Amino acid sequence: MLCPNQIYFKVIKGKAINKGVTNIMKKFILKRLLISVVLLFFVSLIIYGIMRCMPTSYVENQAMALATRPGSKSYQEWVEQLNAQYGLDTGVIQGYFSWAARAIRLDFGDSWYWNQPVLQKFSSVIWYSFALALASFILEIAIAIPAGISAARKQYSMTDYTVTVVALIGISLPSFFFATILKYIFSVKLGWLDLYGIVGRNHQSLSDFGKFIDIAKHMILPTLTLLVVSIGSLMRYTRTNMLEVLGADYIRTARAKGLSEKKVVNYHAFRNTLIPIVTLLGGSLPGLFGGAMITETLFQIPGIGYTSYQCIVQGDIPFVMFYMVFMAVLTLLGNLLADILYAVVDPRVRVN
Amino acid sequence: MSKLQMNAEATTSEQKHTEDNILEVKHLKKYFPITGGFFGGVTGHVKAVDDVSFTIKRGTTMGLVGESGCGKSTTGRTILRLLEKTEGDVLFDGEDISKYDKKKLRELRTKMQIIFQDPYSSLSPRLPVGEIIGEAVREHGLISKDAYNDYITKIMKECGLQEYHKDRYPHEFSGGQRQRICIARALALQPEFVVCDEPVSALDVSVQAQIINLLQELQRDRNLTYLFISHDLSVVEHISDTIGVMYLGSLVETGETADIFDEPLHPYTKALFSAIPMPDPDLKKERILLQGDIPSPANPPKGCKFHTRCKDCMEICKSVAPKAKDMGNGHIVRCHLYDEAVDS
Repeated sequence: MLCPNQIYFKVIKGKAINKGVTNIMKKFILKRLLISVVLLFFVSLIIYGIMRCMPTSYVENQAMALATRPGSKSYQEWVEQLNAQYGLDTGVIQGYFSWAARAIRLDFGDSWYWNQPVLQKFSSVIWYSFALALASFILEIAIAIPAGISAARKQYSMTDYTVTVVALIGISLPSFFFATILKYIFSVKLGWLDLYGIVGRNHQSLSDFGKFIDIAKHMILPTLTLLVVSIGSLMRYTRTNMLEVLGADYIRTARAKGLSEKKVVNYHAFRNTLIPIVTLLGGSLPGLFGGAMITETLFQIPGIGYTSYQCIVQGDIPFVMFYMVFMAVLTLLGNLLADILYAVVDPRVRVN
Repeated sequence: MSKLQMNAEATTSEQKHTEDNILEVKHLKKYFPITGGFFGGVTGHVKAVDDVSFTIKRGTTMGLVGESGCGKSTTGRTILRLLEKTEGDVLFDGEDISKYDKKKLRELRTKMQIIFQDPYSSLSPRLPVGEIIGEAVREHGLISKDAYNDYITKIMKECGLQEYHKDRYPHEFSGGQRQRICIARALALQPEFVVCDEPVSALDVSVQAQIINLLQELQRDRNLTYLFISHDLSVVEHISDTIGVMYLGSLVETGETADIFDEPLHPYTKALFSAIPMPDPDLKKERILLQGDIPSPANPPKGCKFHTRCKDCMEICKSVAPKAKDMGNGHIVRCHLYDEAVDS
């Protein structure tokens, strides 16, 4: 019987990977990818159906605007013309398949709202979202895990209560509320940072380094918002897992061995706490590309979240379809990654 | 001097340490606070170990028996300072280890080890077996780097494990093999004294015998001293030189194994031993059934703790706690039935 612990062992020790094991992993990953394709089909079908059923459509808005022009065709005529133009004169199912036929070839068409190819718009905005998400992700890990561990080590102490209260505040506060408070303090009262936007008014006149600093300064408040709303759950998660591990019998064994407290906590306990944490964090890696719709919108950061928000409001079917399918792919990828990581870090998990 | 003495009285606790006694436990108490109420204050104490005294001679095995929940394991762990005692002294090689600071305590771990009851949960699932066994050896710097690998292999072979087991993880082993890993882990530190905390109760009978034999072999080879905690009387009879019987946190009777099995004195010991199944169907024996449940250790009965379930209960038992009486050859009992035997 081959099992992933051997992979774990090989990875850790840096030795050659057993061929049989990789084959099993390959099969597992291939199977999951095939299932993902089926899932993507249904996900995109449902999203397309919903998009077509939205109460306001891009075409109707356009027709309304065009019909008010002096000497123009009637509203009804415009709707018919535009429907034919945008390919909306067919049924939902037919419309979906003509979208899917092109999407398979990675041709997502032009965005109606932005008047440029979807992929072009996407690649111009995604890095803002990624930078924002990555910054808050790194800070989250750097703060939440040590805080969770020290809270668990000193259960029911002042540290523990502080961490718990901070975590609860973070979990409970909606991002728009916290963002508003931040804006009020740092922009309105102190005037240190701009209220919104990704660049300042004089961005063009700055040197390259100055431009970088300018963007970084505009990222501070959105990053802080994302950090506070996401940090609580990871802190609690770390604390809970650490408490469970610290109470385990093998920690008592480690203490009986006469190891130093540092070694017991950092080596024995933390190693076992890592299993669920790595799984959780690894699974959220693809999510870094997903954008933060609310936070980006609040601060008008031109990332994928804010861009998609505008498209959804306008009923821009090609862009929204792309964004939604992209999100679905990220979620599936995250789950797959979590499962693989689970096998890699936990010697007990076997892929069957 | 008997192999074991229960130093209940002040006179005996003043007794000087002799070379032969590897461990002396004097009036050891371990109370766990019970918190409750609105403000989480301490509302009482669970008296898990309540004034326990005994000594163990080097190279011998002392068996500690009693019902589950009577404080056997807590006694073992408190001796090792895995739990901090409430009161009393523990002398190891004549030194009071309760005053050791963290650094000295860590050094002490190489001399005193423990084998835990559950071989499933007491091994870290994330570490390969070689690391579990060898980690502490490296940490304490017992063996030079060159000799390390051979040393671990040697210990594993002594405990019935193979060299190729080193890179495997605990979940790949059976219960008996896991207990061998636990034993190898404890012995790798070359201890003088090992607390065996019900080391076989999680294993099936055929494997129990193997593990017991292994423990005895290792004891002979390395001149080990065991404190063998168990509720299985036949196992204890087989392995122990001396026996202590515990009830509700107190030792009620101690003495040499043969003396206690031939002539149990305390009514509780009698009841306990009458429950041992005999392989002779014709043997008619009187079975003493204890009435009622074991009382709560948070609120033990006054006087003799056993009086609520004792068939020989007298008036004095309900109010006065019995003192330890030596009935000869170090056979010590705490029971009012033997008051006159000593007085006369």
